[in-house]
Amino acid sequence: MLTQDERNRIRAEAAHYDHPQAACVEALKIVQEHHRWVSDEHLKEIAALLDMSPEALDSVATFYNLIFRKPVGENVILLCDSVSCWIMGYEGIRAHLKEHLGVELGETTSDGKFTLLPMACLGTCDRGPAMMVGNELYRNLDNDKVDEILARYRHPSGA
Amino acid sequence: MATIYVDDRPYEVDPAKNLLEECLSKGLDLPYFCWHPALGSVGACRQCAVKQYRDENDQRGRIVMACMTPAMDGARISIRDKDAVQFRAGIIELLMSNHPHDCPVCDEGGECHLQDMTVMTGHNYRGYRFGKRTFTNQQLGPFINHEMNRCITCYRCVRYYRDYAGGKDLDAFASHNHVYFGRHEDGALENEFSGNLVEICPTGVFTDKTLKQHYTRKWDLQTAPSVCAHCSLGCNTIAGERYGQLRRILNRYNAQVNGYFLCDRGRFGYGFVNGDRRLRQPRLLQDGESRPVSGAEALKRTALLLGRQSRVIGIGSPRASVEANFALRTLVGSRNFFSGMAPGEEHLVARMLHVLRGAGVRTPSLCEVESADAVLVLGEDVTQTAPLLALAIRQAVKQAPRRQAMQLRIPRWDDAALNEVMQQQKGPLYIATPAGTRLDEAATQCFRGAPDDVARLGFAVARALDATAPPVRGLSREERAAVQAIAGALRKAERPVVVSGSGCGSEAVVDAAAQVARALGGAGTANLCFTAAECNSFGLGLLNAMGTAEAFQRVADGLVDTVVVLENDLYRRVGRASVEAMLASAHVVAIDHSATDTVAGAEVAFPSGTFAETEGTMVNNEGRAQRFYQVFVPQGEVKPAWSWLGELAQAAGRTELTGLRSPDDLLAALGRAVAAFEGLPERVAGASFRVNGEKVPRLSPRASGRTAVSANVNVHEPKPPEDPDSPLAFTMEGYPQQPPSPLITRFWAPGWNSVQSLNKFQAEVGGALAGGDPGMRLIEPVANGAAAYTDEIPPAFRRRAGEFLVVPLHHIFGSDEQSAVAPAVAQRSPGPYAALSPEDAQTLGVQDGEFVEIELDGGMFQLPALLMSSMTVGVLGVPVGIGSLRGVDLPARSRCRRV
Repeated sequence: MLTQDERNRIRAEAAHYDHPQAACVEALKIVQEHHRWVSDEHLKEIAALLDMSPEALDSVATFYNLIFRKPVGENVILLCDSVSCWIMGYEGIRAHLKEHLGVELGETTSDGKFTLLPMACLGTCDRGPAMMVGNELYRNLDNDKVDEILARYRHPSGA
Repeated sequence: MATIYVDDRPYEVDPAKNLLEECLSKGLDLPYFCWHPALGSVGACRQCAVKQYRDENDQRGRIVMACMTPAMDGARISIRDKDAVQFRAGIIELLMSNHPHDCPVCDEGGECHLQDMTVMTGHNYRGYRFGKRTFTNQQLGPFINHEMNRCITCYRCVRYYRDYAGGKDLDAFASHNHVYFGRHEDGALENEFSGNLVEICPTGVFTDKTLKQHYTRKWDLQTAPSVCAHCSLGCNTIAGERYGQLRRILNRYNAQVNGYFLCDRGRFGYGFVNGDRRLRQPRLLQDGESRPVSGAEALKRTALLLGRQSRVIGIGSPRASVEANFALRTLVGSRNFFSGMAPGEEHLVARMLHVLRGAGVRTPSLCEVESADAVLVLGEDVTQTAPLLALAIRQAVKQAPRRQAMQLRIPRWDDAALNEVMQQQKGPLYIATPAGTRLDEAATQCFRGAPDDVARLGFAVARALDATAPPVRGLSREERAAVQAIAGALRKAERPVVVSGSGCGSEAVVDAAAQVARALGGAGTANLCFTAAECNSFGLGLLNAMGTAEAFQRVADGLVDTVVVLENDLYRRVGRASVEAMLASAHVVAIDHSATDTVAGAEVAFPSGTFAETEGTMVNNEGRAQRFYQVFVPQGEVKPAWSWLGELAQAAGRTELTGLRSPDDLLAALGRAVAAFEGLPERVAGASFRVNGEKVPRLSPRASGRTAVSANVNVHEPKPPEDPDSPLAFTMEGYPQQPPSPLITRFWAPGWNSVQSLNKFQAEVGGALAGGDPGMRLIEPVANGAAAYTDEIPPAFRRRAGEFLVVPLHHIFGSDEQSAVAPAVAQRSPGPYAALSPEDAQTLGVQDGEFVEIELDGGMFQLPALLMSSMTVGVLGVPVGIGSLRGVDLPARSRCRRV
């Protein structure tokens, strides 16, 4: 079930447009913000709120690769695999991340802390290799820096 | 007209069309996928690439998509250009990179547009040597099979299903190389026109699940031109048979009637032909026991019943052909021939025909409804009673916004651009019915009320359009506002259409629709579209039969010895008691294709052929007489009804049918006897018709196994059955090329094995069939004469305490007698119910699903309550043809109580 807060925010977004369907991407983002991903049940609820069929909404949701239709970990790592980062050593970072986390691209660690995903470009080609964890952008990566960043997310209190 | 040059040859073209349409219209082969004549262009697949040159000096040119380029005067293009050829082969190779090599096990194989286009582009060997993406398929219900791996992402399915048919539950998911077309989750496709995906999909993603259960390749099916027998619209179909079983129904294009599409009832309702309820041998009822007998024995018994001293009456049928009904009428005499329609329906059909043949109105074809720019629907749930009419109305609401969008100089075929401008705008569509309908979502405004209130709304609209029409008093403020809005929209429209019919059983509604059409005036404009209950309701109506009720009265009065019932289950028409009284007091001879309750109670029963096993004419709701042809020779002693009637007459020593030995003879006699059919016999290609001295074959030249098909019985090749009644033959031999349009047995052209070969049969792509569309309109308005208004306006509906007005609710799956027993359709049919408004449910103290009892026509019926928020208060809806409630004329008043 969507929370009252989610419903209110979705309705507020929909009020900006002539057709409530126009708010569908925002609505998906709101729900994802609360739940990290969009489940089938949530999708149907959003569709009903926006007067859409679940099919129409899901076609939008599945089109965007940053709307998650499967559960993801607490922190989503988006590792840039475009050309600049590739030149600057993306493959090494990728191997390191995979080994460190024990997952392949597209997978979530067994403790549910991280999901590792490839990303086409993070817009920081002058500081590659780069990745995002959650909403934070990290640049000029090397293996040590990656370890340090992940440790921070693993023990958020700093302990 | 404009001139374009294709590979340096000049062609006269229509500049409003695009290059692809025009190339195809000129007979040039240019491959394509995403374009469809009914859907327009989006330029998604890149397959129809051609080279376009600036002028005759331009040597380089540039690649353009033919479907996205207007056929402008002076345009120079090349199809044969090396770059264009290479480009098209490259596109196919790309599309094929994920397509499986499964043609041998694919239902589309042999009639696959993708196969045809691949061969056409010359892509023979595959360079792609990597893994192919694979998908999980979905269960899409009893009609459609889903095999997503074959998809080439042309987007036709969603463009048809969502944009054209108004479906909600099919969409495109994901992106890149893994775009998926399907539902959000498994489940039956909800749209009533989902079956067209079978023909829209250029390959084997969506295929006919009913065909799969008895699969036969296209070239092995014996096919004939047929007409759908499941509602009054008379959509043209191609029916296919193998090994004595009807195996599928495909669309047969008729630009005036169904165009490219059929509804799911028409496409998947054929199962009754193969069903176990079929009557395949005559039966005699003796000492309460029915036993199968030979035809000779049955005829011998009947001869006594039909003897000269015997007083015989005949009861016809709105689902039997004009020829069969006329044969019965001729046998018993017109004073002794009764329509066999339910009394209420019979009255309404007569009324509608009277209106349509009078002054001031003209009935449109389905094609004309599609191009209407304002529609008023009175009392009819068209999606359920005449489904393809609903599809036409869904196109009509796009007319007004499209016209506006085209003022931005967007061509008519540029679908994506037009949709972008039109967004969700809809032209005027007003619907007034007792309960909600599927079409409501496309409507500008809906009005709910009892049939009398629907009629009053109509009469008031007529008055608002023309001050000389009689006024309606006592309308509410909301009703007056609705009337003004409707009248304003109809007045502003160039081609307004009023749609109504016998669906809600109200004469006042029919009269009101006629009144609006007359008030709209404009003689010559097609403005009034009626629907009737069955495939030949209007054909029977034109035969001027006596009323059904009178037949029962005559039997009750002891004035009848024998009743001949033609293809009619009387239990569906009148109350059980009446039919049982008739069975008890007269000798009943029934002729029917299935073992109905009437057949079970008849003294003698003869097995007749279904639409697929006989030949005949039906008259649709437009008054269009259309011939359907026999598809195959049935097993057992099944014969056409008119043939049995001839034999009955002969056995009884009667001469009325002497000389009327074929459908042609009967039609000729009909043309002489009944003025409405004058001229029709001359228009029909009779049995003696030949093309270049040859018959038209029902089998393709590639049909396999003729010499071996019965080798388990006898190694000698059997002689093919003769067909003395039609210009078609039950063989592969005959005229090998395109026959005249009424005799098209299949769509096929060299290099074009799929249904897309239809392009080659049309005078121009998307237009009429070459030589004109089949069928002849029998009903045209009288040229002049004043259209009189009726002032019989019913008072507003007033409910009486504890009483309901019971109205019929129709279902596309279940309400039609014949298709209801087809297994696929039966799966989608609802159960019995009594629909009532939540308000009334509360008053009665019933919850959804709890039983209520109603009393109709002296019978008590217990039905589960169905709470329907759109139902008019004081009105109770029951499903037509479903459950035990039948033979009751509705609407009727009834008490209702909780059980």
